[in-house]
Amino acid sequence: MIFSPLDLASLSILLFLLQVLLAPFFKKNERFMVNVCFSLAAAASLLAVAAGIWTVENGTTEKAILALGLPDLPFHLRLDSLSGFFLTTIGLLAFYVSVYSIGYVRGFIGQRPVMRLVIFYSFFIAGMFMVVLADDALFFLISWEFMAAASYFLVMYEDEKAENKRAAFLYLVIAHIGAVAILLSFGVMAGLATGFKDFSGYTFDAMRASHFPVEWATAAFFLSFFGFAAKAGIIPLHVWLPEAHPVAPSNISALMSGVMLKTAIYGIIRVTLDIIKVFPWWWGAVVLVFGLVSAVMGVLYALMQHDLKRLLAYHSVENIGIILIGIGLCMVFTSFQMPLIAALALTAGVYHTMNHAMFKGLLFMGAGAVLHATHERNMEEMGGLIHKMPWTAVLFLIGCVSISALPPFNGFVSEWLTFQAFLLSPSLPAPILKLLMPIGAAILALTGALAAACFVKAFGVTFLGRWRGQHKPKIQEVNWPMRIGMMLAAATCLLLGILPTLFIGWMDTIPVQLVGSTISESAGTYGWLWLTPVAPERASYSGVIVFLGILAVVAVAYIMLHVKPGAIRRGNAWDCGFEKLTERMQYNATSFSMPIRRIFGYLFDIKEQVDLSPQSAHSAFPKRLNYYLRVRDRVWGWLYKPIAEASFWLSRKVGMLQQGRIQTYLIYSFITIILLLVFVK
Amino acid sequence: MDIQTTAQIINFLAAMVLLTAFGMLVQRRIYGLIHLFAWQGLFLSVSTAIVGYAAGRHHLYISAVLTLTLKVILLPYILNVLIHKLKIRKEIETVVNVPLTMLIGIALVIFSYSLTAPVREMSTLVTRSILAIALATVMIGLLMMITRRHAVTQIIGFLAMENGLFFAATSATYGMPLVVELGLFFAATSATYGMPLVVELGVAIDILIAAFIFGIFFFHINTTFDSLDVEQMARLKEGE
Repeated sequence: MIFSPLDLASLSILLFLLQVLLAPFFKKNERFMVNVCFSLAAAASLLAVAAGIWTVENGTTEKAILALGLPDLPFHLRLDSLSGFFLTTIGLLAFYVSVYSIGYVRGFIGQRPVMRLVIFYSFFIAGMFMVVLADDALFFLISWEFMAAASYFLVMYEDEKAENKRAAFLYLVIAHIGAVAILLSFGVMAGLATGFKDFSGYTFDAMRASHFPVEWATAAFFLSFFGFAAKAGIIPLHVWLPEAHPVAPSNISALMSGVMLKTAIYGIIRVTLDIIKVFPWWWGAVVLVFGLVSAVMGVLYALMQHDLKRLLAYHSVENIGIILIGIGLCMVFTSFQMPLIAALALTAGVYHTMNHAMFKGLLFMGAGAVLHATHERNMEEMGGLIHKMPWTAVLFLIGCVSISALPPFNGFVSEWLTFQAFLLSPSLPAPILKLLMPIGAAILALTGALAAACFVKAFGVTFLGRWRGQHKPKIQEVNWPMRIGMMLAAATCLLLGILPTLFIGWMDTIPVQLVGSTISESAGTYGWLWLTPVAPERASYSGVIVFLGILAVVAVAYIMLHVKPGAIRRGNAWDCGFEKLTERMQYNATSFSMPIRRIFGYLFDIKEQVDLSPQSAHSAFPKRLNYYLRVRDRVWGWLYKPIAEASFWLSRKVGMLQQGRIQTYLIYSFITIILLLVFVK
Repeated sequence: MDIQTTAQIINFLAAMVLLTAFGMLVQRRIYGLIHLFAWQGLFLSVSTAIVGYAAGRHHLYISAVLTLTLKVILLPYILNVLIHKLKIRKEIETVVNVPLTMLIGIALVIFSYSLTAPVREMSTLVTRSILAIALATVMIGLLMMITRRHAVTQIIGFLAMENGLFFAATSATYGMPLVVELGLFFAATSATYGMPLVVELGVAIDILIAAFIFGIFFFHINTTFDSLDVEQMARLKEGE
């Protein structure tokens, strides 16, 4: 073989970096730059996908040492099944989004320079590829920061708005706090690997080879978990997500939410299952609890939003939670030496990683299409877009169905697998887990139901009913590259939903590598048509048959409605049978989520008031009615505000050292020298 | 010249260096300061030459010549030109009054002697007592930087500090590890009598460059604040 997968992956990264050099030459013709660079990005992403698919298929591990880096500390690369899988995920979404961007970024031409977007876009994707390929702490952290910095500039793209600057700053702060924790974690492991003698412990290989004492391993694990949680947006470190995602350009939000968060999942899996390997069961329980809290709180917060992209951002928190549930279960089962169920849980988590990348990418692309067409993010001002934008509407609907975990799309499969893992938990020896597991399963079910409610709202308010806005802009369907990007993602959602057995068979090398077991044999007992994760008599699902069944029902309904002329009557949308209702009286996002806001109100910081005006009129006949609602994250007041205040207080105290007089500064050094001389003597 | 006489001469020169250091601490006029600085350089240069002669380290002659050209001729000349161009004729205001500064200076000398006592006991070199004086010179230079308000005096203080470092390096001892322990990086180069030539040349060039940079800074500070009083720079402080 002339090429190896790692060559392909490296070539892909080089192509991305090449674009950065290429872009400035096309500064004169921005349209041409957008076409060339994003096409090149799409091609480069496909190369990475090929490398990833190839590696995972064969389960090979390939290593390389680069002549870059610090003296005596070269960069190590490694492409194994796990990196291959994430490479595929990132590459696939990057491919779709690049196609989409050809159309989307056109909208910026003439409004602001697009070169910055093109360059940082390339850096960003290259950074993500480097993160999953890195095989030493140094290269990993460099790539990690590279990715974070590039995405910071992308969030800042429309930098004239104060909101964007604030969001980008918040993102950068949390990303850096996380990076410091990861750095410390690697420091602990690298130090223990060589007994704090030299620097050779910085490679992941050296860390893998050593056995850590449990207390140090715990410290390393929690540091890295904290660091990765900050990137993944696990509650309570999620606050940057709903700020940064809405303000970034939509193709960037798709990538950030779809795949950048997944690099953190990659990091968690890499550190726990690959590097530390042996750990007590309660680590898994902690991950599980964080996953459950993130899942349910994420979806509840999402329900309260009426900014489309903000809503999607909160759903990223939810889905990261669901992925973590899978990973946490896998860790629990691994520590109890149950490799088969561990493999099932890991497969569920990793499968959901891929799924979330696809449908969240699709949804953000859809939200971007809506934004592109209407210049509006607030759902309360939209409505009835399905008539103007039928393509976008259908594709967005596919995303909604997938994320709501409804068959026959992909979200259902991975959440169903997670449930299967939950249902096998009675075999666990720890009693507390036996109690925790049913609660966990119930919370997961609640999450799924709430997510479905949330997307009924998102889709219904945005695309159905009638336009709610004051002025009616001229809305057009989006251009073809954007549609094609979304169609590809939607098709992937469907394929992953109806052919799970093939997909699980393909990715089976990951559980083999990490937990030493495989589920493809039991999962594929009846071939590609039926998915039977544990045993056929226990549970089985066939996406194809469900899909065909749904198609059949739709076809029958269509025929029954259209066979007789006059069976269909057209009235005003959503007028509930009355005829005098205006557009402003329609059911909207706030009213839709009101029951849930009442039930779960104590979880939020809600301020709600109704003003009747003028006050002089009888209260039963108000002329005007003002409704004010503000829903805030409680985490802000509980966690972030005290920390922010404490750090400001501390800064002011430290600031007192700064007198502005040279003599004072000299006295500081003078006294330091004298003291050192006295004490070191 | 027997070893005893040499030691006497070197000690005498060291005393003169310390004396000029105190002189600088007291001196209120800027031209006087520069003269004192030149004198200190001269004593330093002569003492370096004598150490070189006594110890048979002939490369120390080069150091002596370098010191002479740089610190006795070139730097005072540059400073004079600067003062002339910037039209500074005022007396120098001090932050702390002179007697108190002197007292602190004396305390520093005592401190230096007590600090280097172990070195002096261990060493058999003719120059062993110089280390204390060198250290005292460094600290007095720093003290001068602290107590003076004028940018030019601060620079002279800095250069006097550097003189002390140079002195420590050329005089030096076999008590090297302890010297390192003192935490003063300069002394690390002073393995035995004198630094290696390369280091010396490097230091000489450093000083020269520093002088140029200071010159440029003077002009900038002067144009920005209309004065070379560093108190004015407190205005740069954030937030007020």
